[in-house]
Amino acid sequence: MDMEKNKTSLMKVFMNYSVPLLFMVICLIGVYASKLNAVYILNEISVRLSRNLFMVLALIIPVIAGMGLNFAIVIGAMAGQIGLITVKIFDIGGFPGFLMAVLFATPFALLFGYGTGLILNKTKGKEMITSLMLGYFANGLYQLVFLTFMGTIIPVDNPEIILSGGVGLKNALDLKLIQYAVDNLFRPNIMGVKVPVVTLLLVAALCFVIKFLVKTKLGQDFRALGQDINIAEVSGIKTDRIRLIAITISTVLAAWGQVIFLQNIGTLNTYNSHEQVGMFAIAALLVGGASVTKATISEAIVGTLLFHTLFIVSPFAGKNLFGDAQIGEYFRSFIAYGVIAVSLVLHAWQKYMNARNREKLE
Amino acid sequence: MRGFWKSITDKYGYPKVFITLFLLILCILAVVQKQNLPGLIKDSLVRVGMNGILVLAMIPSINSGTGLNFGLSLGIVCGILAGCISIEMNLFGLKAFFTAILLSIPFSAAVGYAYGLLLNRVKGDEMTIGTYMGFSIVSLMCIGWLLLPFKSPEMIWAIGGRGLRTTIALADRFAKVTDKMMSFNILGEPVPTGTLLLFGAGCVLMWIFLKTKTGVAMMAAGDNPRFAAANGINVNRQRIVGTMLSMIIGGIGIIVYAQSFGFFQLYTGPLMMPFMAISAILIGGASARKASISNVVSGTILFFSLLAISLPVINKMMPEGNLSEVVRIIVTYGVILYALTKVGRDD
Repeated sequence: MDMEKNKTSLMKVFMNYSVPLLFMVICLIGVYASKLNAVYILNEISVRLSRNLFMVLALIIPVIAGMGLNFAIVIGAMAGQIGLITVKIFDIGGFPGFLMAVLFATPFALLFGYGTGLILNKTKGKEMITSLMLGYFANGLYQLVFLTFMGTIIPVDNPEIILSGGVGLKNALDLKLIQYAVDNLFRPNIMGVKVPVVTLLLVAALCFVIKFLVKTKLGQDFRALGQDINIAEVSGIKTDRIRLIAITISTVLAAWGQVIFLQNIGTLNTYNSHEQVGMFAIAALLVGGASVTKATISEAIVGTLLFHTLFIVSPFAGKNLFGDAQIGEYFRSFIAYGVIAVSLVLHAWQKYMNARNREKLE
Repeated sequence: MRGFWKSITDKYGYPKVFITLFLLILCILAVVQKQNLPGLIKDSLVRVGMNGILVLAMIPSINSGTGLNFGLSLGIVCGILAGCISIEMNLFGLKAFFTAILLSIPFSAAVGYAYGLLLNRVKGDEMTIGTYMGFSIVSLMCIGWLLLPFKSPEMIWAIGGRGLRTTIALADRFAKVTDKMMSFNILGEPVPTGTLLLFGAGCVLMWIFLKTKTGVAMMAAGDNPRFAAANGINVNRQRIVGTMLSMIIGGIGIIVYAQSFGFFQLYTGPLMMPFMAISAILIGGASARKASISNVVSGTILFFSLLAISLPVINKMMPEGNLSEVVRIIVTYGVILYALTKVGRDD
């Protein structure tokens, strides 16, 4: 009897963690096939965890509030890049430069987040496709601003960043002036692994803030919306307002996340640094076992860890297994898209079956 | 004036009115800039013929109730695969072109059937899932293009001898075969008569299909599923028929596109293609629920002439950077976004 019970609970564990377990297996195979040494992998992981996790955490609140995966964090990333471009123009380097970038980015992120929220409130039930299209659309506007307004409406005369014609930003901006501004504040070498402690502390701080936020009255409202928006509305919660707050928080966090990300990378690809941010962050979250309706901090951490391990090893594994690094690279973008597709299908299928069962009962 | 504006926007919808106005402004600018007008008209006609059938692929999916086909890249991939096989078979000219089309049909039909089964289980979320199914299959096929056992030296990489190239030139195969068919000159510029006729024939066939028993049943299933089911129509089956048809037309569409363009674009080439077709039919006045052949024709003409004319006009105003591409992005996604906010209101 007891054994039976143990067996089912073990099954349950497997079922609940099937996605991260599956990816753990893929990662282990990848690590083995890549023939990379442990120190290299650990170094890469510590760097990638510190620079990408912030962005992944930015996704959690909209999921809790029932708005699904926020593909529009791309817009937050654009706000972050606006902050960085401003810092570059004023030529403020080092840690002060980083802080100024965050400071400049925040008002834009607040504005963009609010706008995104307004549009998503008009498209309830279709938030994900809308946020995805909104991201693409905003990318067009972003390009318009930096290609045509820079040097004309916005008077910037700096040949280092402006195209030779005097109008438009260059494709790549050198961010050496704030590279590693946070990472290298305190970066001890632990057995060959250089850990960017301060960046990781920032991420940890965000984890605690989210944990705290979810327990407040606002957090309860988020969860109420996530469970059933109609019931939340009836019980007197201003649903539209709560949704606006959720998406604005997400956008601001994404902006900061992008600043953290680029202070590590050190170059801003003006017109496409932000493009795939949403996809990679969302795939990472889902790999950790999150879904369209449920996401936790630990899922974000586990997911980022696994997804980026895969990123590190797959070109090498592809080269060793198939004699072609390109295959590994295609494989990881397939994994990123595929995990999102499967997760969306499972969610929609469940929703459809629930609706059908309810119909049958009636 | 205000009443006139309102009656116009009510009748044609904001996207169509705005895009028409934008197109008019561009035309005036083209005249002012002393652009080669016959050349611009030719470019527009070429682009209309090139993309028309891809836009037509939206008709069965919208009318069968699965909405805008964001997963059209699945059909596109099938078409490209068939095109590559026709080159591998060492065919030339019209024979290669029609063999590619015939070969693409079973691929697209099979993929469409499987995709239709999936869509029947995720009703209400077809758009998001279609987008990501398209993305994942396109990226899976990236591995496929590298590993598929094609041998023809004009398709595989010269160095290494394995894997298909990112762009496959069709100049010696079937590039421009229908563009040149029955082509005649207007104001010194050739008209792609054959391709336009093909597009026209596609529209007529689709119009006839929608009048047949299957077509009517499909429209009924899309229009009001409950009512259709009460009348003995198998709604899920009609949705599958619509999806299959959409994929088949998409597969044919990309072959026609490649014929005119002169290249097949493999790997990530098909990734964003569905959005262009979607945007075009929305500009034509379609919604996510209803679309007619006239929406296809007017949307294709408006959207693709806009792209053809904006390219030289905008580049002359701003030679540096890629502003016409930016305009394309803003128009494409702006129109889709507008349509999505309308869907939200309908529900």
